Amino acid sequence: MKLKLKIWRQKNSNDKGKIVSYDIENISPDMSFLEMMDVLNEQLTSDGVDPVAFDHDCREGICGSCSMFINGEAHGPDRLVTTCQLHMRKFKDGDTIHIEPFRANSFPVIKDLVVDRSSFDRIQHAGGYISINTSGNTQDANAIPIEKNSADKAFDAATCIGCGACVATCKNSSAMLFVSAKVSQFSLLPQGKVEANDRVLNMVKQMDEEGFGNCTNTGACEVECPKGISLENIARMNRDFLKAKISS
Amino acid sequence: MSNVIQASIIKKIAMAVSGLFLIIFLFQHFVINITSVFSESIFNQFSHFMGSNFVVQFIAQPILIFGVIFHFVMGFVLDFQNRSSRKIKYVKYKGSSNASWMSRNMIISGAVVLSFLILHFYDFWIPEMNYKYVEFLPDDPNRYYDELSHKFEDLVKVVLYVISFGFLSLHLLHGFSSAFQSMGINNKYNYLVKTFTIVYAIGIPLGFSFIAIFHYLNH
Ligand code: HEM
Ligand code: SF4
Ligand code: FES
Repeated sequence: MKLKLKIWRQKNSNDKGKIVSYDIENISPDMSFLEMMDVLNEQLTSDGVDPVAFDHDCREGICGSCSMFINGEAHGPDRLVTTCQLHMRKFKDGDTIHIEPFRANSFPVIKDLVVDRSSFDRIQHAGGYISINTSGNTQDANAIPIEKNSADKAFDAATCIGCGACVATCKNSSAMLFVSAKVSQFSLLPQGKVEANDRVLNMVKQMDEEGFGNCTNTGACEVECPKGISLENIARMNRDFLKAKISS
Repeated sequence: MSNVIQASIIKKIAMAVSGLFLIIFLFQHFVINITSVFSESIFNQFSHFMGSNFVVQFIAQPILIFGVIFHFVMGFVLDFQNRSSRKIKYVKYKGSSNASWMSRNMIISGAVVLSFLILHFYDFWIPEMNYKYVEFLPDDPNRYYDELSHKFEDLVKVVLYVISFGFLSLHLLHGFSSAFQSMGINNKYNYLVKTFTIVYAIGIPLGFSFIAIFHYLNH
């Protein structure tokens, strides 16, 4: 395949940045999107041009680092995949592909396509955990009976990989899908119920302080989420938040 | 209080509650107006009751006006915050690939509804307030039907009303079910909420359009 790539290039966080066009040839439809980027970077390196910086690690859809906004969509046109799981067969020979970093004030660009998502870490630190004594007498988690339905929902929520596609795609840069998944994965389980009120209040507070926008229920996040995290989690978080606010 | 309403989720819930309140009001408004199509006297009786009852005039009406103002001011505030949460825009952003037009443009449909409300207040509310509380004209329980039908003699006005009802419909097609999600209601009754959203969001604005067109043709 022959493609024209229009990629956001930005030297560092202070640089203004701009779109730069590159032509690339001999791309196999069976390549992953990141492999295509590797080919481009080899080409740039041999031409003596600074390669395009992008985040990646696992290349199998579990680390959540491969943030790219491709042709106007987070992780490109395919559904339920990350950029590393996107294949070039989703594009046609001769296509022009726009590649931009995930954009939100809370995700500042570090270089080219690499953004700083430490705002997500700070939200996690605000309450995305359970406090247990690990001094050796911890109870076996399996000793606590858990209703299947809740366990399934908690597991579904826990599949969130913190990629930030929900924020990147949301017209309001809202982080509600991410935060609601991280709140739900604990609040649905007995071990997580103990601190449920503080957790939801603190995580939402941190989310607001980080400057993410307000959810308007467009549902774009759910469509673009590589893990299919459901909007149900946002509704659950809203009611848990209201309950916690009233009782605190 | 100001600290409570700062939380994004509380703002959302306030938006949803005010929106649902307006939806209930709109239904009530529709029920009264549709009587004008069938019976001049029933419409006059209803209107006279609404226009002269103390509870309606001095308790319900101020609450309604507060509700409308709260809803659109909060709508503009949220929209402003949301727009400023992404200072550097995407060069290419395909919003239509993952969300409906209605859900992405609540501020546009809302702004059209607000412009309509201004026109509507100018048409009915201001003359009404003037009649009752400024000029203290004599109480006439039978004036309402003629006032209504007189307003719809002008084709331009009827067209403006019908266009506005179209935008109201778009606003409600997203707003109605969205309000439930905001309040944390997303469960096995979703299909009922979604069905009712479509019935209400299309039915009520269509009904209002019918009333306007009916009176235009009835001259
Ligand atoms: C006066 C002009 C109006 C403006 C400027 C306006 C603006 C808005 C905006 C911007 C939103 C989206 C906010 C969000 O989802 O966070 C919204 C939501 C909503 N509006 Fe309006 N609106 C107006 C009138 C109305 C009317 C007349 C009704 C009902 C009859 C209504 C019902 C709703 C509902 C139910 C929602 C959904 C709330 C939610 O998503 O939780 N609005 N409005
Ligand atoms: S909710 Fe989905 S899109 Fe958002 S961070 Fe988690 S996995 Fe990514
Ligand atoms: S590189 Fe790990 S999810 Fe894509």
